[in-house]
Amino acid sequence: MITLTDFLIVSAALFCIGLYMIITKHNAIQILIGIELMLNAAILNLVAFGKFDKIANGGQVFALFAIVLAAATTAVALAIILNVYKKYRTIDPGKIDGLKD
Amino acid sequence: MNIAQVIFYVMAFVVIASALFVASSKNLVRSIFMFFITLFGLAGLYVLALADFVAVTQIVIYVGGVLVLILFAFMLSGKETLGILQQQKGKFISVSKLPALLLAALFFVVMVNVVLKTDVNNLPWIKQVTAANAAIKPNDLMIDNIGINLMTRYLLPFEAISILLMMALVGAAHLARKERGAI
Repeated sequence: MITLTDFLIVSAALFCIGLYMIITKHNAIQILIGIELMLNAAILNLVAFGKFDKIANGGQVFALFAIVLAAATTAVALAIILNVYKKYRTIDPGKIDGLKD
Repeated sequence: MNIAQVIFYVMAFVVIASALFVASSKNLVRSIFMFFITLFGLAGLYVLALADFVAVTQIVIYVGGVLVLILFAFMLSGKETLGILQQQKGKFISVSKLPALLLAALFFVVMVNVVLKTDVNNLPWIKQVTAANAAIKPNDLMIDNIGINLMTRYLLPFEAISILLMMALVGAAHLARKERGAI
């Protein structure tokens, strides 16, 4: 029997790897991948608890919503990254330090 | 130790090892393709948590959509990105990364501690469900139930998310369009 604790620990590990990526990386795309890892950790939690909700299916339905939200986030973030690249010729968030004028 | 448990541990190992590789790799292309494996492994974990529909959605949306988008952005942001990546020398654990590593490790310790202290397997509502034998079983077919719930109980969040998705689509198209004149 796979217990709930196993799922939660895997998800905690994923979340921390995502956190580490967000802090250390010098590339907007890798930071975005870190955010995706954290979102996936949250979705894993929702799904693991959803197993015990047979009638309302709360966990699974909100996991679906979270996946859709992650897709929307990625689309917008990538559009922003491409625009930033066009203006600054770099996607290192540490080097993007100019305001509009 | 039955077969499901063995598969779970293998899957969990694949997910965490590939995520660690994603975090430590210097090569962006390699780390994107390892992220692909992480997502597939997570879909396997969803199947083991008896959520087949979520697993299939994960593969279709993440692997088919998000990853292709990330690859696109990587290719459109040109050679300079690769140049930046080659410049950052140093090992996985270098002095400049030590605070971040410490923060992530401590956060992991805190979260594991919370999970173990809460004793999630013995929460009252979970015990109640297990006692009533009402948890999802491996041979249950949940997809019809998810569809019905999506259109009745969760209709308001469903509509809200459709509007948000449309706004994100319009916003992304607006941001990505060719500029004419000043910004």
